[in-house]
Amino acid sequence: MKVLVAVKRVVDYNVKIRVKTDLTGVETQGVKMSMNPFDEIAVEQAVRLKEAGIATEVIAVSVGTRQAQETLRTALAMGADRAIHVLSDTVVQPLAVAKLLTAIVERENADLVVLGKQAIDDDSNQTGQMLAALLDWPQGTFASRLEITDDQALVTREVDGGLETIRLTLPAVITTDLRLNEPRYASLPNIMRAKKKPIATLSPEDLDVDIRPRLEVLRVDEPISRTDGVIVADVTELIDKLKNEAKVI
Amino acid sequence: MNVLVLGEHDNVELKPQTLNAVTAARQLAATQAGSTVALLVVGADCAAVAAAAAQIEGVDKVLVVDAAHHRHPLAETLAPILTDLAGDHSVVMAAATTTGKNVMPRVAALLDVQQISDIIAVIDGETFKRPIYAGNAIATVKSLDAIKVITVRTTAFDAAPTGTAAAEIHTLDAAPVGSSKAAFVSAELTRSERPELTAATTIISGGRGMASGENFHLLDALADKLGAAVGASRAAVDAGFVPNDYQVGQTGKVVAPQLYIAVGISGAIQHLAGMKDSKVIVAINKDQEAPIFKIADYGLVGDLFDVLPELSEKL
Repeated sequence: MKVLVAVKRVVDYNVKIRVKTDLTGVETQGVKMSMNPFDEIAVEQAVRLKEAGIATEVIAVSVGTRQAQETLRTALAMGADRAIHVLSDTVVQPLAVAKLLTAIVERENADLVVLGKQAIDDDSNQTGQMLAALLDWPQGTFASRLEITDDQALVTREVDGGLETIRLTLPAVITTDLRLNEPRYASLPNIMRAKKKPIATLSPEDLDVDIRPRLEVLRVDEPISRTDGVIVADVTELIDKLKNEAKVI
Repeated sequence: MNVLVLGEHDNVELKPQTLNAVTAARQLAATQAGSTVALLVVGADCAAVAAAAAQIEGVDKVLVVDAAHHRHPLAETLAPILTDLAGDHSVVMAAATTTGKNVMPRVAALLDVQQISDIIAVIDGETFKRPIYAGNAIATVKSLDAIKVITVRTTAFDAAPTGTAAAEIHTLDAAPVGSSKAAFVSAELTRSERPELTAATTIISGGRGMASGENFHLLDALADKLGAAVGASRAAVDAGFVPNDYQVGQTGKVVAPQLYIAVGISGAIQHLAGMKDSKVIVAINKDQEAPIFKIADYGLVGDLFDVLPELSEKL
């Protein structure tokens, strides 16, 4: 079984982001970038499927600028076999990413695609579901457990009320939630080995996909900040403030 | 423009988040004269839900698909229903719950539309505000698609009033279920006597500082006094103290109660993203440098194992 895993290069989750002064977006120059944390979980899951003898090959895919290759190298160092980079210097929105991935899945005859449920930059939470729709495949989103036997995937999903388990007939799309696994750190020998693994580069034109944005970003602002609070001395003062000043209890 | 809202329910009750989505739908409908808002209820033996939906102020009609095979609707079965109805509706909308997040992108892709996730404001018929980067930036985006597919951040819109209206209820034919490639197996839902996190007016959340799942009973005692819901940070969920549905944050639940009490939570960006729109924030933490104090209205530096019993006793 061929497994495709999609990864995105994003501003590192520990970075306190800054809105650009011209309000056109968020500053990414000179900022630490990393693989989207949910995608690390996706790579880990794909690699575990290979280690369990279920997957025969793990292919990492990323859409983005030249630097996206660094993210693909990380996926290769974690255990992916090879990578495909769809080069684009402009922002590619989820629908277009889903179309690019659809084209790659069809070229590669993949049986399973694993993606992070959400990228922590645009917070869209769309690409996996869109990919499943375009392929007419079933989807197991927000997965915290995945079990594959023959042509079936048993997926436990994190939902608002608790957990839900569904059964999918493969091929299928899985999107990962936090509790699915704990991603490994790539070891130095594996980082060295990853340098020799192949990365193929394609353009959106090669895949015949129109990536023009359908959502125009008019401006990006700082959120309204909260006014400074106070430190109270003890529990009695806290209760007094909540009762008489904030009037919330 | 006609707006279609996906009604979320458990075949018995309509989920309160749907009421927030209706308010957003109403705002959008108000941008163009003659617009209507319809609410879709898909389920099994869900007549009571349809009746409740008909009483929501601002809902002009209720569309019902009632069939045994829709008892546990899945994205794969819901999406085609919504997609078919998009012919008569130029906006398809749902609350940004796990259900809405699961099904709406599937609808958007089938319609070849770039979805607008998690809107927090309607500017005009095609322009919206939405948080990005865990709410640390707010993007104003204009949709260039003819049909809009939207999910709504429920904390940004008031719940629509209910009980006064009487919308027409239309029953739609339930298409027979084809050879489905996805099937519901089971659900393991957390039972609680307390209010639901996203609907609670007061929330008490615990973090890594709680040190164990057993210690959450300290929060329970306080929650009982205040009629509050109990939440948690990712660290507490990852550590196995409480189930995943307690998680408040960027990728968990987004809440905005009147009062949010963060106990033993340091205040990672990802947690703040889920609660910083609360009206009043209280932080209780023994580390006075914890980032949570930067956004708290009232901070109390102290050991939670001393503070919590005292707070429960004095309230």
